[in-house]
Amino acid sequence: MEKFDAVVVGAGPAGAAAAMTMARAGLSVVLLERGEFPGAKNLFGGVLYRRQLEDILPDEWQNAPVERQIIEQNLWIMGKDAVTKLGHRNEAFKSPNCWTGMRVKFDQWFAERAVAAGALPVYETVATELIREGGKVVGVRTDREHGDLYADVVVIADGVNSLLGKALGVHQEWQPDQVSLAVKEQIFLPKEKILDRFNLEGDEGATIEFVGETSGGMTGLGFLYTNKESISLGIGVMVSDLKRTRVKPYQLLEQAKQHPAIRRLIQGGETKEYAGHLIPEGGLKAVPQLSGDGWVICGDAAQLVNFVHREGTNLAMTSGRYAGETIIAAKQKGDYSRAALSHYDRQVAASFIRKDLKKYQGLHGLLNEIDPKLLFSQLPKAVNEAAFEMLNVDGRTKAEKQRFAINHIKETAGGTWDLLKLGWKGWRAING
Amino acid sequence: MLHIVVCVKQVPDSREIRIDPKTNTLIRQGVPAIANFYDMHGLEEALRIKDEKGAVITVVCMGPPPAEKSLKECISLGADRAVLVTDRGFAGADTLATSYVLGLTIQKVAAEFGPVDIVFCGKQTLDGDTGQVGPGIACRLDLEQLTYVQKVEKIDQEARRITVHRHLEDGVEVVETAMPVLITALKEMNKVRRAPLPGMIRAAKFKPVIWTTQDFPGLERAKIGLKGSPTIVSKTWVPEQRHVDTEMIAADTPQATAGLLVDKLWQTELPQRFGWANGSEV
Ligand SMILES: Cc1cc2nc3c(=O)[nH]c(=O)nc-3n(C[C@H](O)[C@H](O)[C@H](O)COP(=O)(O)OP(=O)(O)OC[C@H]3O[C@@H](n4cnc5c(N)ncnc54)[C@H](O)[C@@H]3O)c2cc1C
Repeated sequence: MEKFDAVVVGAGPAGAAAAMTMARAGLSVVLLERGEFPGAKNLFGGVLYRRQLEDILPDEWQNAPVERQIIEQNLWIMGKDAVTKLGHRNEAFKSPNCWTGMRVKFDQWFAERAVAAGALPVYETVATELIREGGKVVGVRTDREHGDLYADVVVIADGVNSLLGKALGVHQEWQPDQVSLAVKEQIFLPKEKILDRFNLEGDEGATIEFVGETSGGMTGLGFLYTNKESISLGIGVMVSDLKRTRVKPYQLLEQAKQHPAIRRLIQGGETKEYAGHLIPEGGLKAVPQLSGDGWVICGDAAQLVNFVHREGTNLAMTSGRYAGETIIAAKQKGDYSRAALSHYDRQVAASFIRKDLKKYQGLHGLLNEIDPKLLFSQLPKAVNEAAFEMLNVDGRTKAEKQRFAINHIKETAGGTWDLLKLGWKGWRAING
Repeated sequence: MLHIVVCVKQVPDSREIRIDPKTNTLIRQGVPAIANFYDMHGLEEALRIKDEKGAVITVVCMGPPPAEKSLKECISLGADRAVLVTDRGFAGADTLATSYVLGLTIQKVAAEFGPVDIVFCGKQTLDGDTGQVGPGIACRLDLEQLTYVQKVEKIDQEARRITVHRHLEDGVEVVETAMPVLITALKEMNKVRRAPLPGMIRAAKFKPVIWTTQDFPGLERAKIGLKGSPTIVSKTWVPEQRHVDTEMIAADTPQATAGLLVDKLWQTELPQRFGWANGSEV
């Protein structure tokens, strides 16, 4: 039986990055993917980030199939028929900083780089379990005939539902308050309409994240991104909230589409694709041990997602690259034990991945502690009412209006003390 | 040992094909390419013969470089070698030019890898739909031509004879003839297997043999590519929906429904046309 240096399970950004890194160093690598091709069924928002892509493909990142380079990012606080906007546009983002992209195209291209480097692509093949000898992982079993594959290391990069991570026991069954369910539509519009409506030129793009009354009092976040000739519109809501309220996510999306600020942006568009996917939101606490005897785990499978900044693909790529580098070093020493592979854990810990997750580690607790109605419905509503009051000219004095605005927000939060507490907790949660 | 050649074409996946309403042509852009599935039934039959009697299977394909993907698929399923005939000079070929080049290719395969006993083609392609290439090759190579085959019943290696079932409009024809033969495969012939994992690994490492116009010394330039293709598409249109009278038959039980259906069928012209026996025997 042929044995490989490494088998990578999952050809998403994490797995492809790991396979690419190892294949370039001359290791024999099999890249397993259950889809017809990488990205065939993968879904994200989605924004792709240049920096981590450039780290792994310094000469080729320019060729990545992307949609628009993002020059403007917005946060909208949604009232029922109102919106309060905060945004930043900057020509300096043309460095570029990030792009919108489609996984069907991007993942395929990215995995192709791994194949070009010498990784062996084996697609339409599902890894069903890990093969273990003693405490050691020695390979994976697949759903094909004569389907056992042996390798010195198995790289587990099978995404949010990580079957193999669960089998290892490093990945628990999801708790409803650790995942969001996101639904997304792709709405097609002519290019000129997109440029006009979003105040863009050429391949410039814009993003909008929206919170507030659009998530129906649940912990949730909406997004609207511009692609070349379409708009991605989606909304993600904590599964525990969906269970509690029995609201279906597509109902929220339908409602969001009726919001006057959104309706006009997508008007006349044709919805072509509709899909749903889980997002891990457990934060740092949910991140497991990242390696063991004969295995490493990367990307979503290891919960490496910064949900506050909707960064996932870049954490996936970087963790995959680190895993690959560790395995290259392990091969030189001929040692694939936990002791050797834990170098990967340390690399992740020393990088932005862990540090960013650590910064927001309190947020998960905060969201659990505070009634989502307050954060996601009442406060956004109050903010919009306060803004309206400040700007509406009706004969009342400006001082009166300001007093109303401040009091209104304070009272919504339950008084000055509670508002301060909330502010303090919020600050701590995002600076943990 | 038997040497079987399977001709495979890479075509746009017809499940995802749309027709441009303005030009009435296929929109090929962005449509994933797959191996023509009738061809894959030919390959499957070849693999079954290989499993049973032992055989060497050579797959040949004329097409652009990305067609390598379909050849790799054939390798993953168990074909032994694959040849990709690719060159700008071959591009734009109609069925005449295609069968000319495939004919030369099979001759060259025979010269380099040993005489060929059976050639499999698909009944037709998903994109061209003509069904002319198989017969075209058979004529040029002077092979016995067995079209619309739904079953290979018997191969007698000693006597070098083969028996197949041909599916015709009004029945099945059982034919026995001498090899070498060219068979065009129907999808009813078999169920295409799923590649085993070692096959997938072999395919992932595999590089097909590449032949270009340079590799065919006797090649007549006037017979290949666009120049060698006299076909002119004078007009295309989307066929009108044919109106068919339908009737929903339903009774209380499945048995009663079936009975009703049989009664109705007996009242049509079908029993007479097919010479069915008396109704009591049904
Ligand atoms: C709605 C939504 C919006 C998002 N928006 C963004 C965004 O804007 N920007 C961003 O950076 N991130 C975003 N993310 C997060 C991002 O998509 C993920 O963090 C990232 O894709 C993780 O990459 P991965 O390689 O770890 O996993 P995945 O991309 O999930 O890849 C896993 C791969 O493994 C395959 N696989 C799974 N199981 C098996 C098996 N048993 N055998 C074989 N193959 C298997 C899958 O088919 C898949 O191809 C978003 C996620 C969602 C759901």
